[in-house]
Amino acid sequence: MSSVLHAIFEPGFFSSELTPAAIGGLVAIVAAGVGAFTVIRGQSFAGEALGDIGSAGGSSAYLVPVPAIWGFLAITVAAAGVMELIGIQRARGRDLATGIVLGFGFGLTALFLYLGTTTTSTTGAPIVILFGSLAEISSSYLPIVLALGGITAAILVALYRPLLLVSVSPELAAARGIPVRLIGAAYLIALAVAVALADLTIGAILSTALIVGPAATALRLTSRPAHAALAAAGIGLGCVWLGLLLAWDSYYWPHHGWPVSFFVVTLIMLVYLLAGVRRPNAARARRS
Amino acid sequence: MFSGFMVHAWIVATLVAIVGGAVGFFIVMRGSAFVAHAIPNGSFAGAAGASLVGVSTLLGLGVFSLGGALGIAMLGRRGRHDVATALTLVFMLGLGALFLSFSVEYEPELTSLLFGEVLGISNNEVWPTVGLAAVSLLVLAALWRPLLLASVLPENSSGVDPFRIELAFLLLVALATTMTVPVVGTTLIFSLMIGPPAAARALTVRPGVALALSVLIAVAVVWTAIALSYNTNWPIGFFVGAFSASAYATGRLWSFAVQASARSRHQRPATVLTSR
Repeated sequence: MSSVLHAIFEPGFFSSELTPAAIGGLVAIVAAGVGAFTVIRGQSFAGEALGDIGSAGGSSAYLVPVPAIWGFLAITVAAAGVMELIGIQRARGRDLATGIVLGFGFGLTALFLYLGTTTTSTTGAPIVILFGSLAEISSSYLPIVLALGGITAAILVALYRPLLLVSVSPELAAARGIPVRLIGAAYLIALAVAVALADLTIGAILSTALIVGPAATALRLTSRPAHAALAAAGIGLGCVWLGLLLAWDSYYWPHHGWPVSFFVVTLIMLVYLLAGVRRPNAARARRS
Repeated sequence: MFSGFMVHAWIVATLVAIVGGAVGFFIVMRGSAFVAHAIPNGSFAGAAGASLVGVSTLLGLGVFSLGGALGIAMLGRRGRHDVATALTLVFMLGLGALFLSFSVEYEPELTSLLFGEVLGISNNEVWPTVGLAAVSLLVLAALWRPLLLASVLPENSSGVDPFRIELAFLLLVALATTMTVPVVGTTLIFSLMIGPPAAARALTVRPGVALALSVLIAVAVVWTAIALSYNTNWPIGFFVGAFSASAYATGRLWSFAVQASARSRHQRPATVLTSR
């Protein structure tokens, strides 16, 4: 028995992967909870755009000496504000508004990375910001992640009922006197914070995987939003932890040391596909 | 700025702008911004994989952008379309991260792949780009009527299978992606494909005129971006992103001004126009 365990958990896993496991797990739970609403509201593109734009904030951290998380956070919240202002709440034209903001954000990333690598001779910056480096994350991030995750979870719990109604039927919500736009804006801020956390964890351009993947999988398995949010949190947590474990074990595979982000994203994709196999009828019924 | 190898850069970049502006017109018409973002971004994995196994970058880009287009189309048939797009994208990017970790020398190539490198266009990329541009424009011309009809009236496309139209459209985006990535990079093609056509749509409602205008604006954006990138040495992607966003903002302001003056001329109640 112990030899089997030993083969699965290669030596040193528990001592050195504790911080990544804690931070990654926390982020996975928050991201999946927020993501359930992202999928219900059909805002995957907004999540993706916020994550990508976050790369501009992450790369600016190589120019000004602050931890990357603050760069991610500042720019995702700012971008969420801009998107809200130029009309993300309307289905018509919101893709364009999102896209324009996203394109501009990537332009800034290009500039910041260029300035960062030429003025400070930093190497590896693009990889870390865009594709993440959960395995090397510093334990000093833990309090920040805990605080930001807590705030996001609090917003979600406080807004749960009105947000659900607004997401499922804006007209009905408006008729009941719920401030639809205000709730939408508050949700977008929560999404921005969750995306900033995901950016930090698995990288700016992969953050969508944590937001959308587990939630979409959970919504294939159950149609109850609360169950879906909980299931999504479990799936996200499982994928991140298993990804960390596989990445740790991969030091003994060819090419030594495969990236954590690759495993996490691949696991999320696999789980999503498996959930589709299990309930093909449900998926078809929803589409029609 | 116009000597030697820069001539190739100008030719390739102009072709890229023409195709980007034309294909982008349909992206904007169909509201497919997310797909247009996902296919080029995901094709990054193809370029990273190509350098790993030692084949041409264009081949890798082509294989992965076509694969991405097919993946989005297939997954999108079952389940939510935006979720399918998002997951296909991140999966391809995850593969890209893996390929990157396998190859040793990546940093400058990675940056130019993501954010574009006009000065690095080599001679042997000119002819494949010309070929791809010609094919893209021919496909676009052949698809013009059905694609336009399906884009304007998705429910009423008179006998054409919407899935086949969508597939043809995705493949067109993949084609345009393959030729565009080496110039403006995976992340910024999208700006080029969205900004100019969105600006054109704001200026005119006639499809033919909008298409021409979109191509013109795209060419202007790319030319200015190359000139500034050459002189400042800043990445071309920054200028493409900034100018595309400015073009869109200008178009929006213009149409807003036109609407406002029309409204005051006709003395219509403001609620009629703003309620949509």
